Amino acid sequence: MSKILSPRLIIILLAAALLVYPLVFSGAFYRDIGVTFLLAAISASAWNIIGGYAGQVSVGHSMFFGLGAYTPLVFYTLWGWPPMTAIPAAIVLSIGLSLLIGMPTFRLTGHYFSMATLAVAELIRIFTGTWNLVGAAIGLQGPAIARGWWDLTFRSELPYYYLFLAVLAFLLAVTSFIERRRFGFYLRAIKASERAARSLGVPVRRTKMQALALSAAFTSIAGSLYVIKTGFIDPDSAFGILISVQMVIIAALGGAGTLFGPLVGALLLIPLQSATNTWFGGGGSGLTYILYGGIIVLIARFEPGGLFDLWNRVAPTLRDTLRKRRHA
Amino acid sequence: MVFLQVIVGGLLLGAIYALFSSGLTLIWGMMNFINFAHGEFVMLGMYVAFVVVVWIGGGPAIFTLAAAFALLVLGMAIYLSLIRHVIRGPMLAQILSTFGLALFLRYTAFYIFSANFVSLPQTWLAGTVNLAGIYLPVAQLVGGVLAIILTLALHVLLTRTVVGSRLLAVAEDRAAAMLMGIRPDRMQMLAWGLSAGAAGIAGALMATAYPWSPSVGETFGLIAFVVVALGGFGSVLGSLYAGLIIGLIQAISAFWLGAIYKDIVVYGLFVALLWFRPQGLMGKA
Repeated sequence: MSKILSPRLIIILLAAALLVYPLVFSGAFYRDIGVTFLLAAISASAWNIIGGYAGQVSVGHSMFFGLGAYTPLVFYTLWGWPPMTAIPAAIVLSIGLSLLIGMPTFRLTGHYFSMATLAVAELIRIFTGTWNLVGAAIGLQGPAIARGWWDLTFRSELPYYYLFLAVLAFLLAVTSFIERRRFGFYLRAIKASERAARSLGVPVRRTKMQALALSAAFTSIAGSLYVIKTGFIDPDSAFGILISVQMVIIAALGGAGTLFGPLVGALLLIPLQSATNTWFGGGGSGLTYILYGGIIVLIARFEPGGLFDLWNRVAPTLRDTLRKRRHA
Repeated sequence: MVFLQVIVGGLLLGAIYALFSSGLTLIWGMMNFINFAHGEFVMLGMYVAFVVVVWIGGGPAIFTLAAAFALLVLGMAIYLSLIRHVIRGPMLAQILSTFGLALFLRYTAFYIFSANFVSLPQTWLAGTVNLAGIYLPVAQLVGGVLAIILTLALHVLLTRTVVGSRLLAVAEDRAAAMLMGIRPDRMQMLAWGLSAGAAGIAGALMATAYPWSPSVGETFGLIAFVVVALGGFGSVLGSLYAGLIIGLIQAISAFWLGAIYKDIVVYGLFVALLWFRPQGLMGKA
């Protein structure tokens, strides 16, 4: 049984399922969930590089997401440029911001990094709300009607779906590449014990900084993709704490520091979110966040390794039980 | 004269910042642990006061004691059920445990009390006094002075009493403290109770003087980080000075730049501190 369901086969099946999903489920509701799922998976996978692999828990990753989301609409509003032309600028800004946070805090213990991410994200959120150039509290609007294909404004969800899927595939490929490189081993060594890693000659600060910059860049791309699709951004949906929460909970639920953990987390959480919003209605969306908080506490208390870790522990016994039953 | 009033108002609020931040610094100093839900403890203290006044009926003395007791119990319960289990776990579990708790408490408060701002009905602390030309609401004055006294009391408790010595012994060396017949778990539970209790009293004291909504927890949590970073992690006396300084900076920047900028200035100060003096003003390098 374990032979038939080899990891490689699971990946191929998953990829195939993701490729045909919007063609099979062609209703607007299902396609919308699909797009939301992909975006959540991209953000959480980007968070996973620093939060999961390097073990430096950012609780303010919305700052990179928000920079990625705001920059395209600032470019559009000020100069009328197509939003996607701002993606490189947004990446540069995000990496710059990641240096500002990482340089001082990576000399200290991990708690300082977490506190700094929370404070800086909140600082930027409040500041954006007061800055008229970027629309203050009201936010910014993108091109309502596409002036050409380069505006990437489509009426159908389908082009977005495949664009996001391609970005997710690229991000996972990059992650799996670094996972097997020296850099990936450095990250895991730092996560296990920073002191031990340093004594073995791992350049701890530089490695953490590089991981944060890479993570920030991809989170920024996620923000840009989000805004290119929705065509609208305001301080709360860019820099709000719930944006960061979603990345953290998805990655931690599936398994922080595993390649497919964030994907599994998003696969579970996005439909759940959609369902709770339907059940409780718009007004009761607070219940969703109570649930999120509860889930995060439970993960921290009982399964900090996430579902992947749980599966790895349960699967062998499960397999044995199945085998015994078959032989009996 | 207006400026003097701003300064005194800032110091009085800063005193309350000092009180709840001393709870955060206590936990940090004892167990190298940052409580991301500390601001929510303050917020809960405010709502305990609200519930006692509006639903049960009771004066400031009663609701302040109620908030202190409720949060003391909650703090100990959270230590026993959650913190004790994650403290030696991976960093991810340590940070997510209280971060998730903060979300849970914040949105539960939103759910029960709605996002609207509330304030307490007038108590015998209503009215203003004229102190040499400065008009001060009595509630702010009483709250600020009490907060300073309580913060100093916590400092004395930690540095001058047997219980304080036991707490510090556990912080210093858990194993050695155990050999001396101190139960680390009990001491750490007590520390969590004291920490949350301080936050609860601070919340109740603020509730008499200022309006609030469930979202204040996030703001107070961040302010506590800044105060603790400025005062030096683990120093109660440091957080007293730092709390007063932060209250002052906030009041002055609200006065000069506008109310929205007061938090921006304070959070910016936090980033600057991390860059230039992460050990804080009072801390040793």
